[in-house]
Amino acid sequence: MPFDKKPYFGILVFPGTNCETDCFHVLNNILKVRCKYIWHKESHDDDINAIIIPGGFSYGDYLRSGAVARFSPIMSFVREFASKGGLVTGICNGFQILLEENLLPGAMLRNNTLKFICRYSYLKVIDAGNPFTSGYEKGKIISMPIRHNEGNYYIDEKGLIDLKENNQIILKYCNSDGITDASSNPNGSIENIAGICNKKRNVFGLMPHPEACCEKILGSDDGRAVFESMINNII
Amino acid sequence: MLDVEKEYAKLGLKKDEFEKIKSFLKRKPNYLELSIYSVMWSEHCSYKSSRSLLKNFKTTGTYVLQGPGENAGILDIGDNQAIVFKMESHNHPSAVEPYQGAATGIGGIIRDIFAMGARPICSLNSLRFGKLDTSQHQKYLFEMVVKGIGDYGNCMGIPTIGGEVYFDKTYEGNCLVNAMSVGLAQKDKLIKSKAFGIGNQLVLIGSSTGRDGIHGATFASDELNEESEARRPSVQVGDPFMEKVVLEVCLELLDKKLILGLQDMGAAGITSSSVEMASKGDVGLDIDVAKVPLREPSMVPYEIMISESQERMLALIEPAKFDEIKNICNEWNINCEVIGTVTDNKLYRIFKGDELIGEIPVKTLTDEAPVYYHKHEKPRYLQNMPEKSLHEEDYENIERKFSNNEIFKKIISSPNICSKKWVWEQYDHMVQTNTAVLPGHDSSVIRIKNTKKAVAFSCDGNGRYCYLEPYNGALIAVAETARNLACSGALPIGLTDCLNFGNPEKPGIFWQFKNVIEGIIKACEVFDIPVISGNVSFYNESFGKAIHPTPVIATAGLIKDVEKITDSGFKDDNDEIILLGRDLNNKSDNDNMGGSEFLEIFFDKVEGKCPDIDIEYEKKIQKTCLELIDRRLIKSAHDVSSGGLAVTIAESCIYGKKGAEINAGLLENNFLKTFYSETQSQIVVSCLPENFKKIEEYCNNEKIPLERIGRVGGTILNINSEINIHIGEIINIYDNNIEKIMTI
Repeated sequence: MPFDKKPYFGILVFPGTNCETDCFHVLNNILKVRCKYIWHKESHDDDINAIIIPGGFSYGDYLRSGAVARFSPIMSFVREFASKGGLVTGICNGFQILLEENLLPGAMLRNNTLKFICRYSYLKVIDAGNPFTSGYEKGKIISMPIRHNEGNYYIDEKGLIDLKENNQIILKYCNSDGITDASSNPNGSIENIAGICNKKRNVFGLMPHPEACCEKILGSDDGRAVFESMINNII
Repeated sequence: MLDVEKEYAKLGLKKDEFEKIKSFLKRKPNYLELSIYSVMWSEHCSYKSSRSLLKNFKTTGTYVLQGPGENAGILDIGDNQAIVFKMESHNHPSAVEPYQGAATGIGGIIRDIFAMGARPICSLNSLRFGKLDTSQHQKYLFEMVVKGIGDYGNCMGIPTIGGEVYFDKTYEGNCLVNAMSVGLAQKDKLIKSKAFGIGNQLVLIGSSTGRDGIHGATFASDELNEESEARRPSVQVGDPFMEKVVLEVCLELLDKKLILGLQDMGAAGITSSSVEMASKGDVGLDIDVAKVPLREPSMVPYEIMISESQERMLALIEPAKFDEIKNICNEWNINCEVIGTVTDNKLYRIFKGDELIGEIPVKTLTDEAPVYYHKHEKPRYLQNMPEKSLHEEDYENIERKFSNNEIFKKIISSPNICSKKWVWEQYDHMVQTNTAVLPGHDSSVIRIKNTKKAVAFSCDGNGRYCYLEPYNGALIAVAETARNLACSGALPIGLTDCLNFGNPEKPGIFWQFKNVIEGIIKACEVFDIPVISGNVSFYNESFGKAIHPTPVIATAGLIKDVEKITDSGFKDDNDEIILLGRDLNNKSDNDNMGGSEFLEIFFDKVEGKCPDIDIEYEKKIQKTCLELIDRRLIKSAHDVSSGGLAVTIAESCIYGKKGAEINAGLLENNFLKTFYSETQSQIVVSCLPENFKKIEEYCNNEKIPLERIGRVGGTILNINSEINIHIGEIINIYDNNIEKIMTI
């Protein structure tokens, strides 16, 4: 795949996706980089060199979140794009789709509160040695909105050891002092995990919404560095 | 064959209404026609009891592009942009099936918004339940209504940014679910619902039609009783994913200029949507029920015609555009069928294939529908109402029983006062990334991307006040929304209302209604706020007992510069705290305790007079607040409302995570009256100490009383050395009490 030097983001759109314009706004209006929407029925796109799978309720999420979206034609392109080292970030429902697609390990369960949760949550940057959070200092405590029904990340013991050994855990829920314990865990996620990457470190999934906190008027611009990191790390 | 002579009453029609139908048709209607009349003439669709009074609303003004009469009202906010909004009730469905009732209420109001060519940008809601601590059933209703609203709006990707929730025993048998949605449109892309152009076609877009919601409009126009449970099948089932797809399809069709008119299908389904389109265009329509995609093939014509299956829209198109429209619908995998044609005979004709199965003159369903002006009479409960709700010894009793800290904690832990965080954390209130002021403050604020503007919304309605004095209660409802907007730095430019009342055929209820309407008219005139849309919900009674009259007002405000958005939280240590609008020398006969939260909590009664309001003075206070914000002299503003001055101060502390040292003058040397009366026209602001003089000067010129009542700082809220509590403890009580109650 010929990678353009300039960043050109593709934002996937499934029926029911609802954060595509929010991502577009951040990339295009705030960070001033090129981006476009890619409809799920497309089979490939040769122009882009980074992919965002935005949040929402693809196909209503009436089955498991993301379970139907993974069968869309565009997903085989995403697989191929990722296998060649292209950067892919899945946010919220996008994270769920990446899990269903097995581009990331583990699975998502319903929040242990059994309720949709919408609020700002503190996050600790566990790893900054990847193309998605390199713009943060390792260990930094940031704050981003979480907005989900199913953000209770689960992985079996062996998988968890793998994640740790390969530094694949990127973000964890914490409190304002950076403590990651049960009281700072909003949804029951194993070891407070909020975001992980794959072994190759080019596919990233996170439940919080970085696109929703890139401007001070919205209460926080802590999310910008996710997109800036990607821009700076596009091959 | 059903005998219509026996059936009309079952469909909610009165004898003289049935006679009127016969005289219009010059024959007996068949069952299909009778069903159509029954839904079109239902209170819900025809506004037959309220129309004569609603017409007196002020509906025009500087910003108004569209007043009542369309799917939603429209205001011009400059730069070729418009906001479109409306509020609607879904009370009865929610009372018998809270999850779907609330969900489809949201779905319906959202369709009203995009039917005008606007993209929905936020929703609000106003909810009323019985007291949470009285029964598990009230908790169940509350829990499921909130879940229904959340699941629908969250899936649609429309932020639910605010609203209000009150609990009072008056709503025990009849909860209120009023939902509002707001859209943003390009002025030149707005569309209306009028049918025109002989030969143009009506296309049904969206879900297939099923048996859900048959006679929902009739159900909404009746009192609740033991048989209401059996009406559960009258409640529709929502599919927010389908609605999201329908929304995107309709906006794409509009963007490509493929449709000429758009109308949502709500109450009374295909019937009311198509009849309204025909009536507005003064044309006839031929509808073919055989063309309607069905979920159950065995459905008979009358069921198809009045089914309230959700997520359906009716579009007016030129026949030549159909193929292109069909292609777009296919791309999104949704139905798209021509079901009707515009004719010039002004008849509403229903066909099944080639067979004519019903024929009704259009206008007899709309303009010529019955209008009632019911008898009205001051209700008996008001004839013996005491003037004063409390006497000196009552205050003394309370002070003997409880410390001031205890009284304060009881007030802020009341579900009517404490944070509704438990509610709004279940709503996605941030999607679309425009929410500039998060829920909890006086108003919710949405910035408009790529401009300097923002729009703010506040909704309010106090059933207790309106029960005591409907006219003044209505004045206060409008005044409070405008005051909330002023506290955020927004100029009120238009409102929508949801008027929830009992059975209007009872003279006492119609008297309440009439007085509330007059109050709204007066307030709108003084504040210069037009009513641009709204909804009336009558028959909110259970087992013969009516709810408190509850007009819910939702007002929109415009903020020209997002930099000037103000919220209610105290900002910095040492800032000066000022109370605007209170004149200690101005003695009133009214203790402003009637209908208060204090009275409810400590005396369990709704009595006395509703708080006084001088609407002209109120307007001056609001203008002052707006001016001080515009001059950047104040850092926070928060009005005094339910719970009184102590609650206002506490909330500014809570939202700013700051303590405060308060030392305010006392009203009649009575601490409780000073801090818990719900005296109107007061705003607590904070400012840099060096700005005080400028504020004082401005207020003196405007003859607005002001009083320095304290300073921001520390970790304690200290009020006149009588209340002394750590701010962490206050936040804990305030933030978590509803969750605590809900998990018991």
